[in-house]
Amino acid sequence: MIEIVSAAACIDCDKCVEVCPTNVFDPVPGGHPVIARQADCQTCFMCEAYCPADALYVAPFRGPVADLPTSPGPPATDLDEARLAAAGRFGEYRRWIGWGAGRRPGALRDANAELPELAAAHLGDAARQ
Amino acid sequence: MTRATRRPAEARDADVLVLGGGPAGTWAAIAAARAGATVALADKGYCGTSGATASGGNNLWYVPPEGTARQESIERYELAGGLLTDRGWMARTLELTWEQVNQLAAWGYPFPTDSRGRVRRESLQGPEYMRMMRTRVRRAGVTILDQSPALELLADGDGVVSGGRGTHRQRGDASWAVRAGAVVLATGGCAFLSGALGCNPDTGDGHLMAAELGAELSGMEFSGVYGVAPGFGAQTKGRMYQFATYYRADGTRLDLPAGFAGRDAIVRASLDGPVHARLDLAPPRIHEAMRWAQPNFFLPFDKAGIDPFTDIFEIRFVLEGTVRGTGGIALAGDGCETTVPGLYAAGDAATRELVTGSRSGGGSHNGAWAIASGTIAGRAAARFARRAVAGHGDLRPAGRAGLRDDGGPGAISPDEVISTVQAEVLSPAKNRFRTAAGLRESLSRLDEVWSDQVPRLSPARGRQRAREAAAMAAHARWMYRAGAAREESRGVHHRDDHPGTRPELAVRLRTGGLDAIWVAAEVPAAHAAEGAR
Repeated sequence: MIEIVSAAACIDCDKCVEVCPTNVFDPVPGGHPVIARQADCQTCFMCEAYCPADALYVAPFRGPVADLPTSPGPPATDLDEARLAAAGRFGEYRRWIGWGAGRRPGALRDANAELPELAAAHLGDAARQ
Repeated sequence: MTRATRRPAEARDADVLVLGGGPAGTWAAIAAARAGATVALADKGYCGTSGATASGGNNLWYVPPEGTARQESIERYELAGGLLTDRGWMARTLELTWEQVNQLAAWGYPFPTDSRGRVRRESLQGPEYMRMMRTRVRRAGVTILDQSPALELLADGDGVVSGGRGTHRQRGDASWAVRAGAVVLATGGCAFLSGALGCNPDTGDGHLMAAELGAELSGMEFSGVYGVAPGFGAQTKGRMYQFATYYRADGTRLDLPAGFAGRDAIVRASLDGPVHARLDLAPPRIHEAMRWAQPNFFLPFDKAGIDPFTDIFEIRFVLEGTVRGTGGIALAGDGCETTVPGLYAAGDAATRELVTGSRSGGGSHNGAWAIASGTIAGRAAARFARRAVAGHGDLRPAGRAGLRDDGGPGAISPDEVISTVQAEVLSPAKNRFRTAAGLRESLSRLDEVWSDQVPRLSPARGRQRAREAAAMAAHARWMYRAGAAREESRGVHHRDDHPGTRPELAVRLRTGGLDAIWVAAEVPAAHAAEGAR
């Protein structure tokens, strides 16, 4: 689920408000958008793809980090902004799909079509076991 | 039929209104605009991110026209689809998918080149594909209403669909209405807010709107489809599990076949206790290719600090309902028209039995169907809207369930209705492994929800939420009524009390109705044409 709108990075463009398919964010006049309905987040990473400032962190969990039991535990449930930023966790999906100035579209490396061929020899043996 | 009371063209806001902005809706909008229609498109969320494709991507049923490859593919899938498919629709789907994928290439979609130097066009990355579709919809001159869920259809005095009405959910639920000459429903399937990847906007709203005007549905029993996700997360992407072996939490191997997680034995094992997986069958030399094939499969693992190639992780099964199942609004002709005049259906909102039969449409056919049916529906809706328009007639809002209560004393929260419906449909124990007794029990609860709670749905969380709750209740009842009627197992419809396939039941089942639900075997087209329907 979406966990962080980084005040340090956010440029108040409200793109996340505009694109969220489940309407999780609210704009704030003169301020950064806020996570207004976290429970509606479906963890689709679309906001992370569209944010031009890499200001969003979508945690990989289907529920809020605050509700998680201690397992799977740190560091995965760490929401410390500086540590996450240092680990490259902001805007990560946008990097994979290659959006943003100077990046190459990830679609150019899409291996879905070739995957069965790449795997065939090996999987063929394994599946028969 | 006379069209004497159709609305005059000058009283319209658009010739064609498209509801839903996923692949089917965007292809429909572009096709209608190219046919000369003025087009408005309303999406519950944002056209470009909304729905299953933007998040999940599409593999396509994509076969070159040369030689006999298409014919062979059609014959192969006819058998795989339990003999419920239609050869004409399959051929059209292949042809239009081929054409429109060429169109995507001409628009500059960045198709990859594989290790042998061949350009590959069988896969579309979701964000890239749907961002491009939005751009092209806008360039076609289509008016886009984002964050504007449709609540109901408008019909004229003849019962001809003549527009839609909804709310702007980011503008205090201010209402919108578009009067149009025809409407295309491309609102997706229904995954019951299960959290399947990208599917929470898909709550079956279009099916409810259509049924309120008497539209028929088909194949609703093919709806017990589950995706597999890591226990911690929401990524229901099943493809990489072809490389999985299955374990108990302590790392001892379960006596289950390796490979795809969706197999009956694995889903059934999950009912007895947690099932864990590890992608240990993937040879290291293809790990990199796997990552580039599906970056958002691996992203959550990276973020969670789990290496799916070497670590054992819990998996869970998440309902994908009629998104990956095949049931939906029945089509009455070659233009994706429904049984209601002026109303067209495309993509996952429509039945996909015609091209997938009883098997899941996920994994290539749904993506191709969205392209083909969207294109066909858009063209046909534009044609319908161009026909004679004279006279007048007040437009009647056709919505009922969840819309007409004022939320006074006795009002029930949509979340309560949604939970009750989910309790009957989300678990594989009830929905994947069906029995007559189980379906009967679920239906008695669901019927009670429909007759007792839906009429009292509170608008407190917005009309949209109330409508979603009503739509899911209706959807579950169609699924289980059709599932009870099909006393056999075929494709994704699995009956524990009828494990075999019965050759005499190789016939599509129609269903419909709201207060009283009916199920009937489909009348072959030749016979229907002679009748008075």
